[in-house]
Amino acid sequence: MIEVNDLRVRFGSIAAVKGVSFRVERGAAFGLVGESGSGKSTVLRALAGLNRDWSGDILVAGEAQGPARTKDFFRRVQMVFQDPYGSLHPRQTVDRILSEPLLVHGIPDVDARIRRALAEVALAPLVRFRYPHQLSGGQRQRVAIARALMAEPEVLLLDEPTSALDVSVQAEVLNLLSELQRAHGLTYVMVSHNLAVVAHLAAMIGVMQEGELVELLSVEDLRAGRTRHPHTAALRALTLDLEDPETAKSA
Amino acid sequence: MNSSMSPTRAYLLSDTPQSRRQAGLGRAYRGWLQFRRNRLAMAGLLAAAVLILASLAAPLLATHDPSAQSLPERYAAPSAEHWLGTDEVGRDLYSRLLYGGRITLGMVVVIMVLVAPVGLAVGTVAGYAGGFLDRALMRLTDVFLAFPRLILALAFVAALRPGITSAIIAIALTAWPPYARLARAETLTIRNADFIAAVRLTGASATRIVLRHIAPLCVSSLIVRVTLDMSGIILTAAGLGFLGMGAQPPMPEWGTMIATTRGEILDAWWVPTLPGIAIFVASLAFNLLGDGLRDVLDPKQG
Amino acid sequence: MEVIVRNLRIAFPSHQGMAEAVRGVSFTLKKEKLGIVGESGSGKTLTARSILRLLPRQARVEADRLEFDGIDVLRADEAALRRIRGKRAGLIMQDPKYSLNPVMTAGAQIAEAWRAHRGGSGKAALAAAVELLAQVQIRDPRRVALSYPHELSGGMGQRVMIAMMLAPDPELLIADEPTSALDATVQAEILRLIEDLVSRRGMGLILISHDLPLVSHFCDRVLVMYGGRVLEECRASALARAQHPYTRGLLDCLPSLVHPQRQLPILERDPAWLGP
Repeated sequence: MIEVNDLRVRFGSIAAVKGVSFRVERGAAFGLVGESGSGKSTVLRALAGLNRDWSGDILVAGEAQGPARTKDFFRRVQMVFQDPYGSLHPRQTVDRILSEPLLVHGIPDVDARIRRALAEVALAPLVRFRYPHQLSGGQRQRVAIARALMAEPEVLLLDEPTSALDVSVQAEVLNLLSELQRAHGLTYVMVSHNLAVVAHLAAMIGVMQEGELVELLSVEDLRAGRTRHPHTAALRALTLDLEDPETAKSA
Repeated sequence: MNSSMSPTRAYLLSDTPQSRRQAGLGRAYRGWLQFRRNRLAMAGLLAAAVLILASLAAPLLATHDPSAQSLPERYAAPSAEHWLGTDEVGRDLYSRLLYGGRITLGMVVVIMVLVAPVGLAVGTVAGYAGGFLDRALMRLTDVFLAFPRLILALAFVAALRPGITSAIIAIALTAWPPYARLARAETLTIRNADFIAAVRLTGASATRIVLRHIAPLCVSSLIVRVTLDMSGIILTAAGLGFLGMGAQPPMPEWGTMIATTRGEILDAWWVPTLPGIAIFVASLAFNLLGDGLRDVLDPKQG
Repeated sequence: MEVIVRNLRIAFPSHQGMAEAVRGVSFTLKKEKLGIVGESGSGKTLTARSILRLLPRQARVEADRLEFDGIDVLRADEAALRRIRGKRAGLIMQDPKYSLNPVMTAGAQIAEAWRAHRGGSGKAALAAAVELLAQVQIRDPRRVALSYPHELSGGMGQRVMIAMMLAPDPELLIADEPTSALDATVQAEILRLIEDLVSRRGMGLILISHDLPLVSHFCDRVLVMYGGRVLEECRASALARAQHPYTRGLLDCLPSLVHPQRQLPILERDPAWLGP
């Protein structure tokens, strides 16, 4: 479904992404982990078409993508952002925010679709005409997910979707995301600095360090500790150390 | 919420609006409640409203024809006949102030209606487009910013003829650049927000993004700026009138009225002073109103 | 040095009367490491800041006892509080980007903190600043002392903050989410550093965080807050055997690398936790 070959992104004189390649099968979930500055969000934004200065190949559903994307692409690929406080227009009601993708793509049945979308992300109908500042962080993120799904995309790009949420809310949103993936057969590309969160959703994981993809491994290999690159091992050890001190000592 | 609230109020303050209109009205109502708490701003609003209504109702409120001269009664002191006295050719001052308000406030409104949308358009387009278009538009803005208002007015007078139209054009041409700059600054900040990225990801055209997503966010600070500028424009229009560049006598424009009678400041002091007070009150009213609006629409704290 | 808090109540005026943010919190702290854990809105930051009375102007604070080393914080005057703040108790906040002065070099800021509480000449203060930077394990303290905050990474910025707070040799350190803005690797280093310094200098530490496992690793005791109240207090080592359903819920809803689950257990909020 998604194929990235030798992606390179520069910001001025700094090379943020230095030759990253990976593939994601249709319906699968792929996770990109790394620390801040590793380039993982940059890769995602280049994939989304938000960033035009990249070189290499990006193929979605077999079609090669250029710097500018077509409306068709945006029907197929959508993104959920990290900050629930910044990803919703502060002066628009939830109803307006959700109707925008439908209006742009000319999809009819706006009212029915909005009601369906709210139900799917487990938001009560009474939030439909509220403004973002009247919603909690978890509710805002649900609206952001609903918005991404309005045009019925096939691919969802997730940029640290739960980093800004409380732990209990994170669990609900993660459950929602895995349920949606099952229900709609979505392809996920998810970026996070949290290994456990990524491992919950993704089957394949790419580890990035300083702009390079240093390792590609399956989630089972990660859990079992069959890592090859030292950075992967280090990230894994840190996660385990906090989770379960007894296990970390024996690993 | 107590049960003694009226149904309208309950509708407006509802936590769960049932439609976009209810949500929008609710938000406006909450803004109004917050504005109302500011005493000075309410005073400004009241004063501005009184001035505007009085000007509009001038034909009903005036006691005399503003251009009716009566030489035997020139420089008459305030009396039952002429509430605020008469001017240098015996015209009733009170009626002239009322009609003068129409001219002064009318000029200001026309200028604002011309200037704010143009500034908003130029600023948002420049801010969002960036690159060459941004630079070109900003250089254009700089050109107009470089003109001092009064000098430009003089140039227009030389080219056309003195009068309200020239004054309006001159002021409008020099008043729009700050709005463009303001809109551009706001656009530059908003442009990088995630919610704009989200709209871009729907494949919306740049026009749609600027018009429907960015411009509405700039409108608040623009409104505040307009209201605050009004006082300055009133002063400029009056200044032009005073210099003989704006409204020409016998038009009862406040600034012109001061100009033609300033020699009498010691004898018939009320004749030049009262128009001056009118200008001051109008200016202050809009200033206070603008401050109050800013606290509600454009709060920078928390 | 002992911090005693009994029945702390903090409320804010709002449209619908007073909104209670902290509702009857009590705890004691000596020379130990206390972690206060809670989600957003639990009142943990307000609780910690009330010890130094660093609350917003409109906050209404009441308590049966609120003492720092015998000093009644609620009734002390500003001068007495100034003698505590910085000198006897320091506060580290989340993002050094916002808490460091961007137009002063790191060394100058630390030196300023030193001189404000200890006096001495500019040269001595600067030398002390370099020494402190070495103590917070910065490899090239001289270079960092001459750098501006924007030239430093997040982790280094926090180390500078810590050095600044330690300059007057305080007895208590309050760290409010000191590592939330940092990467995992740096997070561990900074917390270990804080732990080390606090132990060596015999200081008390209050660590505020939303991260329960993190806090349990670095503290002796943990307070779990929810809705302005303390729901559970236990030794950090005993956290896995926590009693309260909220604490259990917080622990259980975390995704685990070694124990994968198809669906994460959801925290069911019992309104009874908000109390009477």
